[in-house]
Amino acid sequence: MKITVKLFAYFRDNRFNVEEWEIKAQTTVGDIVDSLNIDREEVGVLMINSRHTQFEVEPKEGDILAIFPVVGGG
Amino acid sequence: MADKIFRVNMTTLTTSVEEVPAAWAGHGGRGLTSTIVAEEVEPTCHPLGKRNKLVIAPGLLSGTVAANSGRLSIGAKSPLTGTIKESNAGGTSAQFLAKAGCKAIIIEGQPTEDKWYSLAVTPAGITITEETKLVGKGNFDVIKSVNAKFESKVGVLSIGQAGEMKMAAANISVQDPDGGLRSSGRGGLGAVMGSKKIKFISIDPQDGTVEIAQPEEFKAANRAFAKALVGHPVSQALGAYGTNVLVNIINESGGLPTKNFTQGQFAGHESISGETMADIITQRGGKVKHNCHPGCVIQCSQVYNDAKGNKLTSGIEYESIWAMGADCCVDNLDQIAEADQIMDDIGIDSIETSVAMGVAMEAGVLEFGDGAGILRILREEIAKGTGLGRIIGNGTGSVGRSFGITRVPVVKNQAIPAYDPRSIKGMGITYATSTQGADHTMGYTIATNILNVGGQLDPLSKEGQVELSRNLQIATAAIDSTGMCLFIAFAALDDETCLPALIDLINARFGIALTGDDVVNLGQYILKTERKFNIAAGFTEADDRLPEFFYDEPLPPHNVVCDFTGEEIDTFWNF
Repeated sequence: MKITVKLFAYFRDNRFNVEEWEIKAQTTVGDIVDSLNIDREEVGVLMINSRHTQFEVEPKEGDILAIFPVVGGG
Repeated sequence: MADKIFRVNMTTLTTSVEEVPAAWAGHGGRGLTSTIVAEEVEPTCHPLGKRNKLVIAPGLLSGTVAANSGRLSIGAKSPLTGTIKESNAGGTSAQFLAKAGCKAIIIEGQPTEDKWYSLAVTPAGITITEETKLVGKGNFDVIKSVNAKFESKVGVLSIGQAGEMKMAAANISVQDPDGGLRSSGRGGLGAVMGSKKIKFISIDPQDGTVEIAQPEEFKAANRAFAKALVGHPVSQALGAYGTNVLVNIINESGGLPTKNFTQGQFAGHESISGETMADIITQRGGKVKHNCHPGCVIQCSQVYNDAKGNKLTSGIEYESIWAMGADCCVDNLDQIAEADQIMDDIGIDSIETSVAMGVAMEAGVLEFGDGAGILRILREEIAKGTGLGRIIGNGTGSVGRSFGITRVPVVKNQAIPAYDPRSIKGMGITYATSTQGADHTMGYTIATNILNVGGQLDPLSKEGQVELSRNLQIATAAIDSTGMCLFIAFAALDDETCLPALIDLINARFGIALTGDDVVNLGQYILKTERKFNIAAGFTEADDRLPEFFYDEPLPPHNVVCDFTGEEIDTFWNF
């Protein structure tokens, strides 16, 4: 199935900003993070369709997954 | 040297140096400005009249080598909100004031003649001089002229044309180490300084230093404190992208107020994002990292150059970029940076003014997305004090009232900043209950609602938000008293060594024995002191409310409204 993967801040370095991905059923958010060679410890926020999510969640067809490092500001 | 109170009476044009009353001795920064304003200012006075007082105080740790301790608090009754106000900023003035042995400057009264003045602070006290040359000038001319008078580095506080014209969005500018400006931005304190007819204040500490009661303990505590700050990943991201790293994540969450708070996401977010900004700064030879005061180990400020490689502005923040960007639908970072520089120069709050522009766009004064129009209005209307310039320069509420607009994002007449309270519900509680009008810094629930710092709390659920905002507002009031930048809070929320190290620093500085409970008590005392002032000024629980359009208009993409009842909001004060 197809999903959209979006990366932010330094996760974009040598990777991409946004890509369409074809993933197998039962693939988790954590699997996707791992396949990007992103250390799970460095992940600050995960969102699917603008809602916070967790490594264990399995994205569904058409989902938009956003992966952020630990960031802050304000 | 022992700290003193430097008092200035602008009615009699006299100054004095006073001992610090025992009740004020343990206070600094916001705790001190709010204590003094609550004690000495009649709550019902006109903010621009002779009975208001402008109080300027470095934090408890300012002037020491403690990392990130250079924040300056300025307080008064606000002409924008009518509430008590404390606005803090970086720059060099807090450190220089502390080194000059000044615990606080209290400026009272009002000149009877139509003349302008400057104040010169040294360890001996303050002198008042009539000022003619710089009247009508912008802040950059002021700091250039003042710096030229001194051989060594001095601190400069200044108002631009907006402050001279007593606009309710006028700020007080604070010189940074490189001749850039930081701002005590919110609440119109520049108008209070203008009402006292003071164009600028120079601060020359000469050879003054801050005494440390227990130097060895202080050094050890500072090492632990700086280590906690530097090691926290949020500190690192702030250095790399500035506060503007938030555009993309707040946009993704659906909480980025767009087109005068009618949408929660901005199509042009990528063009104004922290990632794009960092790329532009690097390409044009600017500085991605910059410290707003010596001793900052986070360095969230930056220097943004124009396309020719010349400095356009420095220290441009997420809230300013959001307000001119998403809220006004301007997706051009160069225009936003230019507007930021103009607002620094004329001395007007970049949040209040830009949100006011969004309401003006809704009123049809200019089109959404018209960045050139914003630049024109800043230069030709606000800086010159035309009718339209004064309507916008008096803030978001002023524009709404002048043009009959009902979608006016303010609480206590102060513009709501860069996080929509419908889809980030903790911020709704902070905006509604803050003693100072809508202000994200008072209780930054974004940390826990969005960033997963200090825990996680669903931004779309009401559950736990009142308690979260309460705890953060109490902690923030205490941090604002130390002279510490609020960004230490990210490390403090996650790293258990950070807050004890901060308390050790205060204890070693003064030779005292504060505990964590004392810090909480201090925060609670400050909030209650500020609220008591507001109640005496005429504020009631009915003022602790969000504008009704947040209850009526669902915000895309989550299509949610604000759903806190008044009773729920009021439980905030159960402490």
